[in-house]
Amino acid sequence: MRLVKRRWKDVRVGDFVRVLSNQIIPADILLLHTSDPNGVCHMETANLDGETNLKQRRVVPGFSTPGKPFQPQTFSSTVVCENPNNNLNVFKGYVERPDKRRTGFGIDSLLLRGCTVRNTDDAAGIVVYAGQETKSMLNNSGPRYKRSKIERKMNTDVLFCMLLLFFMCLIGALGHSIWLETFTTMPSYIVPDRNGNYTPSVLAGFYMFFTMIILLQVMIPVSLYVSIELVKMGQIFFITQDVELYDEELDSRVQCRALNITEDLGQIQYVFSDKTGTLTENKMVFRRCTIVGTEYRHDENAARLAVVSGANEEEEDTLYQQTKLPKLPLEELQDSHTGDKNHANTQVTAANRHRSRVAAGAQCDMAFSTPLETVVVPDRKLTLEVDRQMASILSGPYLDFFLALAICNTVVVSTVTAQRQRDKGRSNSDGSFHIMGQWFRKGSLRNVFSSMKFFKRDGETLADPFAKDEDEPDMFHSSDVSDSTTGQKVLSSEGEVKRSLSRTEEVCYEAHSPDEAALIHAAKAYGFTMVERTPYHVTVKLPDDTLLKFEVLDVLTFDSTRRRMSIIVRHPHTNEIIMYTKGADSAIMERLGNVFSDMSQVDNVAKQIAVKTQKDLDMYARDGLRTLCFAKKVISEKEFKAWFAIRQEALSAIDEKEERLMDTATNIENNFTLLGATGIEDRLQENVPETIQALRRAGMQVWVLTGDKPETAINIAYSCKLLDHEQDLVFTFSTNRKSVCKMRLEDTLGEVRRSSLSPGAEVQFRGNNSGFTLMEHSIGLVIDGPTLSMAMSDDLVEQFVELCKHCRAVLCCRVTPLQKSSVVKLIRQKLRVMTLAIGDGANDVNMIQAADVGIGVSGQEGMQAVMASDFAITRFKHLQRLLLVHGHWCYSRLANMVIYFFYKNVAYVNLLFWYQFYCGFSATAMIDYWLMILFNLLFTSAPPIMFGIMDREVSDSTLLSLPELYKTGQHSEGYRRSTFWIAILDAFYQSLVCFFIPYWTYNGSDIGIFSFGTPMNTVSLFTIILHLAIEIKSWTVVHWVIMIGSVLAYFIVTLAYSAICTSCNPPSNPYWIMHKQMADPMFYLVCTLTTVVALLPRYTLHVLRGTLAPSPHLGARQLERLPPSRREQRIREWRGLRDTCISPSLRSQEHSSSPCPTA
Amino acid sequence: MRFVGRTSHVCDVYYGRSIRKAEKLIQVRPCGERDRSNRMKNEGETTERPDNTAFTQQRLPAWQPILSAGIIIPGFLLIGLAFIGIGVGLFLTSQTIQVLERDYTGIAKDSPCFSCTIPNTPNCTCEITFALSELFKGPIFFYYGLSNYYQNFRKYGVSKDYNQLTGDTQYFKSPDNFCFPFDYDSKKNPIVPCGAIANSMFNDTFELYQIINGTKKQVPLDGKGISWWTDYNLKYRNPVLVDGSFAKAFNGTVKPINWPKPAYELDLTDQNNNGFLNQDFLVWMRRSALPDFRKLYRRITEGDYSGGLPAGNYSLTVHYNYPVMSFDGKKKVVFSNVSWMGGKNDFLGIAYLVVGSLCVVMSVVMLIVYAKFKFSDDDV
Repeated sequence: MRLVKRRWKDVRVGDFVRVLSNQIIPADILLLHTSDPNGVCHMETANLDGETNLKQRRVVPGFSTPGKPFQPQTFSSTVVCENPNNNLNVFKGYVERPDKRRTGFGIDSLLLRGCTVRNTDDAAGIVVYAGQETKSMLNNSGPRYKRSKIERKMNTDVLFCMLLLFFMCLIGALGHSIWLETFTTMPSYIVPDRNGNYTPSVLAGFYMFFTMIILLQVMIPVSLYVSIELVKMGQIFFITQDVELYDEELDSRVQCRALNITEDLGQIQYVFSDKTGTLTENKMVFRRCTIVGTEYRHDENAARLAVVSGANEEEEDTLYQQTKLPKLPLEELQDSHTGDKNHANTQVTAANRHRSRVAAGAQCDMAFSTPLETVVVPDRKLTLEVDRQMASILSGPYLDFFLALAICNTVVVSTVTAQRQRDKGRSNSDGSFHIMGQWFRKGSLRNVFSSMKFFKRDGETLADPFAKDEDEPDMFHSSDVSDSTTGQKVLSSEGEVKRSLSRTEEVCYEAHSPDEAALIHAAKAYGFTMVERTPYHVTVKLPDDTLLKFEVLDVLTFDSTRRRMSIIVRHPHTNEIIMYTKGADSAIMERLGNVFSDMSQVDNVAKQIAVKTQKDLDMYARDGLRTLCFAKKVISEKEFKAWFAIRQEALSAIDEKEERLMDTATNIENNFTLLGATGIEDRLQENVPETIQALRRAGMQVWVLTGDKPETAINIAYSCKLLDHEQDLVFTFSTNRKSVCKMRLEDTLGEVRRSSLSPGAEVQFRGNNSGFTLMEHSIGLVIDGPTLSMAMSDDLVEQFVELCKHCRAVLCCRVTPLQKSSVVKLIRQKLRVMTLAIGDGANDVNMIQAADVGIGVSGQEGMQAVMASDFAITRFKHLQRLLLVHGHWCYSRLANMVIYFFYKNVAYVNLLFWYQFYCGFSATAMIDYWLMILFNLLFTSAPPIMFGIMDREVSDSTLLSLPELYKTGQHSEGYRRSTFWIAILDAFYQSLVCFFIPYWTYNGSDIGIFSFGTPMNTVSLFTIILHLAIEIKSWTVVHWVIMIGSVLAYFIVTLAYSAICTSCNPPSNPYWIMHKQMADPMFYLVCTLTTVVALLPRYTLHVLRGTLAPSPHLGARQLERLPPSRREQRIREWRGLRDTCISPSLRSQEHSSSPCPTA
Repeated sequence: MRFVGRTSHVCDVYYGRSIRKAEKLIQVRPCGERDRSNRMKNEGETTERPDNTAFTQQRLPAWQPILSAGIIIPGFLLIGLAFIGIGVGLFLTSQTIQVLERDYTGIAKDSPCFSCTIPNTPNCTCEITFALSELFKGPIFFYYGLSNYYQNFRKYGVSKDYNQLTGDTQYFKSPDNFCFPFDYDSKKNPIVPCGAIANSMFNDTFELYQIINGTKKQVPLDGKGISWWTDYNLKYRNPVLVDGSFAKAFNGTVKPINWPKPAYELDLTDQNNNGFLNQDFLVWMRRSALPDFRKLYRRITEGDYSGGLPAGNYSLTVHYNYPVMSFDGKKKVVFSNVSWMGGKNDFLGIAYLVVGSLCVVMSVVMLIVYAKFKFSDDDV
């Protein structure tokens, strides 16, 4: 047998492929062999669905040959499977052996392209789908060329310009014809041809049309496109330079991958967000538990989490002092690194320090095993209780509870070698990381062991990483614990440290889901450590270091219908068959033995426990914790045997295997004894609720689309303030029947309409796009994947969209990547709104590409999302600044610049046009050609570009504190058709002034043609530059330099050019004209008067508008002038007004009668 | 889909370059110490951290003008007053300038030059008389004016050869294409100076007499320096003399069709005013911007008239050659003295006055608006 290296593109269906650990799978491969003795292969699907946990795949039954190398020669079966499809969770087929025996297989035997093999030395199989047919590729709808909204609008305006040009040329052509017609005999200044004949006037007019096009073509702002590109480059430069969007932990800035849609960031109306990894850290943390009716609050643990997450800077500082530390080396380093540079930045540094601390605690290179998750501070009361039970009876609900925590899962214990191997694979490919966190951690270590020898800054000791690897994590662990518990020394004695040290060294968990990891670590914290898991045995170490080896009889895996999983084991001591179950509260509670079902036999104790637990669960849910119930059932030998027989039968079935397996599981899972429940926190990223609220206030509708299950999603939605317990009316849609779905839709829609029209509810209309918002109850919609697809079918889609328009928040759960993108497309197309999609995983790629703006969150999981995105950020909270500040800036800058550019070209070109009326429409230019070209190219090009890059109407802090200002962009107020036409009209007016004031001044005099054009050119320059000066909102040094520089450049270049060019550039010949004009006082008088008259209307309009109808932005600018204390107050006042009556500014524009006073 | 596994064709997959690159970008979770130590070595070498400068962070100190009434109203008032001041000055200056215009086209039957408008009357002269009631202060500029004459017509404007006019005899033989159709005559002889502008040169001449007691006293007209200094001294050059003869430099060329005499005979009395350096020629070649224009003909600066034209009767003899009737053109003569602002120009002064008053009015309007809308809550 020979292995050949092949490129991915050369992999074909039917090839046998071997993939090694940490390699990416090149195609969809049916697993036929692994190095694992149990025929299991683990793969990480982060690239595909965004989940960081490991998924287990099994060799097709009957093909497992443990211990032996793979023998493809011996494979002589036929593989039959379904056609390629995009469903990542379903795969069916069978292998037919030469002897016609068939073996079925499912998705659990398929290695998916794009995933990474983990924890398995090598895996081999046969390719069933390759290339475009793979499931991951079918889920990828390919890139979409994005063009920004402004540009689309601008293109139509360019067409208007062309129309205008056409009419102007037509006027020129007709004018020329008519002018020629007036002559009975041709005067000496009309040039005949050689024979003395003259072109017929109609033909001459026809020719003139095209000559005019050449003369006036500047009307079509070709230079605008170039300038926009430059402006966008500048804008992107500034976005990427923003230090507040810089992530210290990952050492990465915001990345702008799309260069042409910066301004779309300022016009977003709908935000579609992924949940896991985007809103949350994707790190599950054990928070609380309740055992047989007693709730253990785990206050110490909560305190630790609060510290770790950096909720309060001061608190953290105090903690450091309490641990009697001199200033940490890291802090010094950081201070010197960032702190001294600028005061304004200290805040950033502080925030980053928190993060680095979090990161620094990472101790085990596993999925879900940052200290945040692994380190659980036990509740004292509970510890005592456990110890008591341990000491006395060796059984009891507490022990059962923790045993359930420890064994009722699919967590795999990985060996240290496997882990190291994985490390190696990663460190090679890893480019960047957070240096700060590194130092920090070193610092804290030194505080505990001040004599620590290996602490050095240089690489010398670092070259021996293993020594540290073993020691450090737990030292940190212990010091961290002692820090946070401040005085309650739980684990701080030397002996304790050593004990915990040896413990953590042994086990590292590979968890299927982050919840399981959190639970198993919680169990570990109480001394119940799972040390080994094979398909047949689970070994748990008890707090007194005894080992319990359970025989695993069966595992009923989790599925979304049952919403629970169970493990059936035989207790080594009592030989009892015990089933431990964990699951969603509803899934467990309804199956408790005799508690609610049979009222005659009231088991008082059990009932009370159930009631109390339910109460605790409700509380957990309110706090946004993910809840899980634990139960146990003792099964008699007989019962088990009977059930097991049925089970075996179901397992070997081919038809309806799933259903039958489920039935068997349901049959045994009943009559539980409730053990307790846990509350797990999927920690939100920092500032997520604030960000969502800010986006909301900025008028954006926020949707969350997640593949997660509804319970979790809803919890998160509440905790991130997407939904609100008090204010929101939440409708949940979850059904499998279309008729039901339709009914629900109609009902809800009717209800929503009724309530919105009822007199009690104050309704605020907010334009056609965003529907309206109910003041008393805003509506939240929760919908799951299958229902969503029904709702989006052709006949229901209109109603669904209508309903969505009314919803303040929409939460879609259990949606596939493709559904995500189709939701985005639907909203984008039906409502004609600007959409933004943000996500971090490969499952978000479609959505990111479908939206007008796609944002990738880089960090936890792979780069797929980032690769597909237009902008890549590292934290969700950056979205706030990216949209509200940079988006707004970019939008208003670009909009203003585009408008200005149109104006500029028209204003200048029209000078030439007006002149045509005085030169027989002969397309003569009174300005030297070179100066005309340079005028656009040199003298007036830099100011608008700078304007587009650097103008700042309102400062970032004000924009952040008043998200309402963002609405300007959403409603495209910066650049509308009316704005365009006003600009054009103004351009016409200004060009008329610029032409006719010099005209009347010089008419009848002996002025030469270019002497006449020079003051016009100059006046035009002044007008155009000063027009911009009126528009510029903030003048920095750069502004002054460029504006004054442009004027100077004009004079210098013109003077130099007309001094040098004695007889060049016929026929215009500018020789000495400028000098002569500048020696004439009339020149200056004309220039002054013309400029003032040209700009007077615009300036007056600005002034009057500022006084009579100030825009919100003007108000905001005035706020900035106030002293900080007053400003705060005014902002609060402003917000107060805005909150009670939504956006008076908008309403006052669209519906003139506004009950709210304008601020 | 059905397929049979092939025989031992096993491949270890080779990751293409792009894949590897993509993987490199993957941000690995915070993890074990070994990774960290590797990366520790890179510390300080590269960091993505943006420069925290005022420029990159868009925190440059900025002046943010807000158009508040406190600035606007006095601003408008000031501009208005200044403009009114300038306007008054301009207007008064303009009033001091004396202008005398006489149309001599001869359209009306009773006008002195009517007889010359009849075609084919060579060497027609006519006489225009005018009386001055007071002294016409000198120095006086004597213009001829044409109206409805489009020197700015594009094809007309380009129709000249600069290289010829710089005296480069090389171009005498092959005039520029721009001169078409005035580059060669019917016998393919090159025309110098070629082109429509030169061809259509204004060729009326004038003599001014003061009538003192019935006798005509010629007013000396100063034809020097009426063109631009740069035109005369730098831009236009006569060809180098050939064998000491100016005419020979033009050998092999013909005069423009409409000209009565060749370029080298434009002023035989003064070689410095001859050829391309002839002042009248230079004045004509500088195209006027608008169809109604005047061009400087002579100045009255010499002799008894250096102080101006005293009151009395004057007679202007016109050698009427230039046809304008075909395109409804008008011809006129203009006498004018000048001030610092050039010729008489009432427009600018009035415009300044109007705009200035407008500004003052605006400031008042603004004050009213401001009082009505702003005073209530501006003091907070």
